[in-house]
Amino acid sequence: MIPQAVIRCTHMSCAYGSSVAVSDVDLEVRRGDFVGIVGPSGSGKTTLLKAVVGAVRPAHGSIEVSEGVRLAYVPQVESVDWNFPVTVLEVITMTRTKGRRWPRISRAEREDALDVLSRLGLGGLHDRHIRELSGGQQQRVFIARAMFHRPDVLVLDEPTSGVDVRTRHEVLHLLAELHAQGVTIVLTTHDLNGLAAHLPRIVCMNRTVIADGSPTEVLNPAVLEQTYGAPMEVLQHGGMPVVLDSGAPHVPSPVRVP
Amino acid sequence: MIAAGILEPYQFEFFRNGVVVATLAGALCGVLGVFVVLRGMSYIGHGLSHAVFGGAAASAVVGLNFFVGAGIWGITSGVLIGRIARRRIIGADAAIGVVTTASFAVGLALLNRYGQAQKSIEAVLFGSVLGVRSSDIVAVAVVFVLVLLVVTMWYRTLLFATFDPEVADVTGVSVQKVEAALMVMLSLTILVTMRVIGTLLISAMLVIPASVARMLTNSFARMLWIAPAVGAVSAFVGMNLSYFLDTSSSATIILVSAAVFVVSYAVTGFRGRARIGSLHHV
Repeated sequence: MIPQAVIRCTHMSCAYGSSVAVSDVDLEVRRGDFVGIVGPSGSGKTTLLKAVVGAVRPAHGSIEVSEGVRLAYVPQVESVDWNFPVTVLEVITMTRTKGRRWPRISRAEREDALDVLSRLGLGGLHDRHIRELSGGQQQRVFIARAMFHRPDVLVLDEPTSGVDVRTRHEVLHLLAELHAQGVTIVLTTHDLNGLAAHLPRIVCMNRTVIADGSPTEVLNPAVLEQTYGAPMEVLQHGGMPVVLDSGAPHVPSPVRVP
Repeated sequence: MIAAGILEPYQFEFFRNGVVVATLAGALCGVLGVFVVLRGMSYIGHGLSHAVFGGAAASAVVGLNFFVGAGIWGITSGVLIGRIARRRIIGADAAIGVVTTASFAVGLALLNRYGQAQKSIEAVLFGSVLGVRSSDIVAVAVVFVLVLLVVTMWYRTLLFATFDPEVADVTGVSVQKVEAALMVMLSLTILVTMRVIGTLLISAMLVIPASVARMLTNSFARMLWIAPAVGAVSAFVGMNLSYFLDTSSSATIILVSAAVFVVSYAVTGFRGRARIGSLHHV
């Protein structure tokens, strides 16, 4: 049985004033999907995510999120002010703005938050200032904040942008665990080899959808050139595609003067 | 003997009123200053106090109630500044500079042309404890209670919109409304405190106590306690010192809070400096 679609874009276009960011996108995300949206800078990936979470309205076409489906958004951690005076627990609980207005964190909320932190490997760090955490822990805090709302779909904008290899592995493992627990995941990434190639489904985008399928179906020179506008080679390594930027110029080594 | 000396100024009603207004004003500026400093609105606070001066002058010239005239002008300027800063049509700092200095210049021109310029200008620019009336106490107290209510009831919304406006917006928090509410509260605060502190020095009362609080703690919640405490104590001590030193009350209040800042800066060392070094500008 084909799983039910939780997000459906139909001929969707989004624009900022006269500038079209996303054009005529048809896309379906089904329950249990783990989708990576890839494309060059300015290709409309983030706009598509914002349309999914309702922050951007389509200029044409439509986007539907199935009734009762809860979405949670994880922003790029590069945009976070790590010096802001908040603890890990405050970052998690500040998002619960409805229902409880008083500043004090209730016992039930605290237990909920500590449970999520523990499940995401952040147990015992709740009273730490966010700056005191490692890169992987910082990314986990923001995923924990999203998970605090028990979402059906987790929407992440560039979850591995600006992080080192170890942190990237941590994030990928964590997302795989959440996916195994039944969370549908939609993310954007620039990282073709480090992240996208490990996902079960990739959507290549350049304002519109160029290709949609598994890494072996989608990561090929023709699709990548159409997506990025530059020639790329694709090798196979351990049964996985590896993308090489064959168009990059060779920079010669500096000439050493004796 | 010493106690009698210390209590000497309290025989005067104007001084008693002045101490109450200044202490409440210090606490009020401290609470709002936390948002001003963390949201990088220091220049907006500075500019807004200048803009309110235009409204104060206009209401004096046309014979309108000070709070009504300057209030409408101040809130309009605040919302306008907030929109310009958010939309980034031109550089936010340039836009704020244009709006607020033009408003300030309107006030100066009006007072020069139609008012008893020198006296009014000095009172509004530098503050004057002599001009404090019972209605000022009521006005500061009302705004103080209003701000406390808003900050308590909307604590999480304000924190979320200040820390992470992008996600707050996506998850249903109206960041635009939060910004407008902050600008209105800021305008009202400037309006009710300007007669004691003065428009030129009020921005210091918004920035210094909150910066001291930031140096002393890494917790947003604790900042909201420390900043008003620093503001209130600085204002109370400054008011009393000004009587005995025969100096301007507003200048003495600012000097006391500046001294607290210097001591905190020295005591907290590298950690404190790193914390305020990371604060935004504009």
